[in-house]
Amino acid sequence: MKSGILAAAAAAVVVTATAGAGAATLDTVKQRGFVQCGVNAGLPGFGNPDSAGNWTGLDVDYCRAVAVAIFNDPNKVKFTPLSAQQRFPAIQSGEVDLLSRNTTVTLTRDTSVGLNFAPVTYYDGQGFMVNKKLGVKSAKELNGATVCVQSGTTTELNLADYFRANNMSYNPVVIESNDEVNAAYFAGRCDVLTTDVSGLAGTRAGVAPVPDDHVILPEVISKEPLAPAVRHGDDQWFDIVKWTVNATIQAEEFGITSKNADEFVNSKNPDIQRFLGTSPGLGKALGLDEKYALNVIKKVGNYGEIFDRNVGPGTPLKLERGLNALWTKGGLQYSAPFR
Amino acid sequence: MATTDNAQPVGLPDERPPANTVGPVAWLRNNLFNTWYNAILTVLVLALLGSAIPPFLDWLLIKAHGLDATSQECRQGGGACWGFVNEKLRFIMFGTFPYDEQWRPFATIAIFIALLLASCDRRFWKPWFGLVWAAGLAAVAILMWGGVLGLTYVENTLWGGLPLTIILSVIGLAVAFPAAILLALGRRSNMPAVKVLCVTYIELIRGVPLISLLFMASVMFPLFLPNGVSVDKLLRAQVAFIMFAAAYMAEAIRGGLQAIPKGQYEAADGLGLGYWQKMRKIILPQALAVAIPPLVNTFISFFKDTSLVIIIGLYDLLGTAKAALSDPAWRGFYREAYLFIGVIYWIFCYSMSKYSQKLERDLNRSHRR
Repeated sequence: MKSGILAAAAAAVVVTATAGAGAATLDTVKQRGFVQCGVNAGLPGFGNPDSAGNWTGLDVDYCRAVAVAIFNDPNKVKFTPLSAQQRFPAIQSGEVDLLSRNTTVTLTRDTSVGLNFAPVTYYDGQGFMVNKKLGVKSAKELNGATVCVQSGTTTELNLADYFRANNMSYNPVVIESNDEVNAAYFAGRCDVLTTDVSGLAGTRAGVAPVPDDHVILPEVISKEPLAPAVRHGDDQWFDIVKWTVNATIQAEEFGITSKNADEFVNSKNPDIQRFLGTSPGLGKALGLDEKYALNVIKKVGNYGEIFDRNVGPGTPLKLERGLNALWTKGGLQYSAPFR
Repeated sequence: MATTDNAQPVGLPDERPPANTVGPVAWLRNNLFNTWYNAILTVLVLALLGSAIPPFLDWLLIKAHGLDATSQECRQGGGACWGFVNEKLRFIMFGTFPYDEQWRPFATIAIFIALLLASCDRRFWKPWFGLVWAAGLAAVAILMWGGVLGLTYVENTLWGGLPLTIILSVIGLAVAFPAAILLALGRRSNMPAVKVLCVTYIELIRGVPLISLLFMASVMFPLFLPNGVSVDKLLRAQVAFIMFAAAYMAEAIRGGLQAIPKGQYEAADGLGLGYWQKMRKIILPQALAVAIPPLVNTFISFFKDTSLVIIIGLYDLLGTAKAALSDPAWRGFYREAYLFIGVIYWIFCYSMSKYSQKLERDLNRSHRR
């Protein structure tokens, strides 16, 4: 019995030495043949495996977009599901090349945690949901309410700050698991459910027995810009991720989609020619193929397509574009120019 | 006085005992209503069961949606949604293992169960059975990893579900068990260095929660390695489990060792047996038999503790069930998910417990009081 175990243990010792310290991430990734991407172990619409075990979600699609930018293949990416506590050590230690795991951009994360954040892929913010029966129209009327909140998140801290700032009291019902927080709310254990608005909308559409019984209050009490991140110390890699995200947004601004991208290749517009690599220069500057943006759009889609496929009105999450609309349509999504 | 020709002895026909001393009524009286406080407890418990069971059965069976129900149908009705389990069955069982290759983890589960069942039979407790285990584990490694015999390579970050739970616990326990015996012997050793080492190890590991060991293995450890060098995540978790289980089992075995009378040690010495012979032939067979209940207790809790790997991003059975719940189309069916995997855990743990009772009866014949 022991010999079998020893053999299995010996076989299990997979110590991989990829590259020495200081090697460019792009070279490491190319040599390895895939992007190692850290994602959420299960957040509906952002990072979750489907019934066949394939990763789907908005964050997941940005991992695929970076893989396309480098390899022109959305499958040359391996996903590492990460818990909230694990995510920063995983990116710092080099276990993952890219952290695309609904991570809020903050100053400390950008500095002392040692991350560089690409452009925001989802603008979120914390809100409140109540049962319509309560007749509450504004978060300012929630004095004395019982609030269901998930523990260990900035959500819990924001909640305390908001009530203190408005001189109101509340009774927190603090629960660790997201599912159980929702269950507690729908079982009537608390008057109010608080988390990011995207989460509230998803819960209302997907978990509520009768979605119309619940209303999301208009106040958004925090800013939660979610963005992919890389670690400090490799500016080229940071640029690649940054301009891959920008490419999806720029494509939507131009009206280029995965379906019609090829028609734009011969466009007379010099901006589009540069963007799609018809007139060269931008891809080379990043160390990528000249047509990387075209590839990303064809294989993954523009920002609007990614949004609609994963979290948009046609999905069970039924999220509106809101702040995530293009800047030309009243939102905040805006790409720096490609030139 | 009338006489009869009847030669047969005349007696009273057998009377049934009074209804209140035998039969169900008596059983009720003796067990459920024998004192006034027991009577009150019985009534209360019955009332509680009466109020809890019908709604549960109603949810579980009567109002339940069948295996082909869609999530929309399930949301409209109130009952259990077995369509969820049907849709997610393969994901919950096998995790992110490539979908078309999932016969491989299935075969792995079958091999493990066959090996474990065979190991329960004492007729197989022979040295050659070790070779059977070695062959079985080699087959498992080939099935899960692949890369040979025309099987595509599947890296272990994609493993998940029940095979992962079984691998973590079976390999973990199998490696930890011999280590635990050595630790227990070392703790009772006369050699100070060995003793101090073993005591320190056991107390250090027992003094921290498993979750912090897993964190150390998965989060802290990589930070100490040179950049770009990584040790496999599953292996790190497996090693943490082995270290933890070994410390706990060592204490269970030490309990068994202490239960053996001093005369046994002295008799073995008197026969001129050396230390290892004494332990192997005289002491350990008795000590391990005594230690079965606490050992099985450790096995069972350890089997369930494997679900803690979810915090380091490995999808064991509990992890896959949770991840299945994060599919936007199938959110909110956590009762069904947890009930389903609860039943799977229960089957494994209950079998372990039942088998240990049988083993205890077989091995402790001489001690039976």
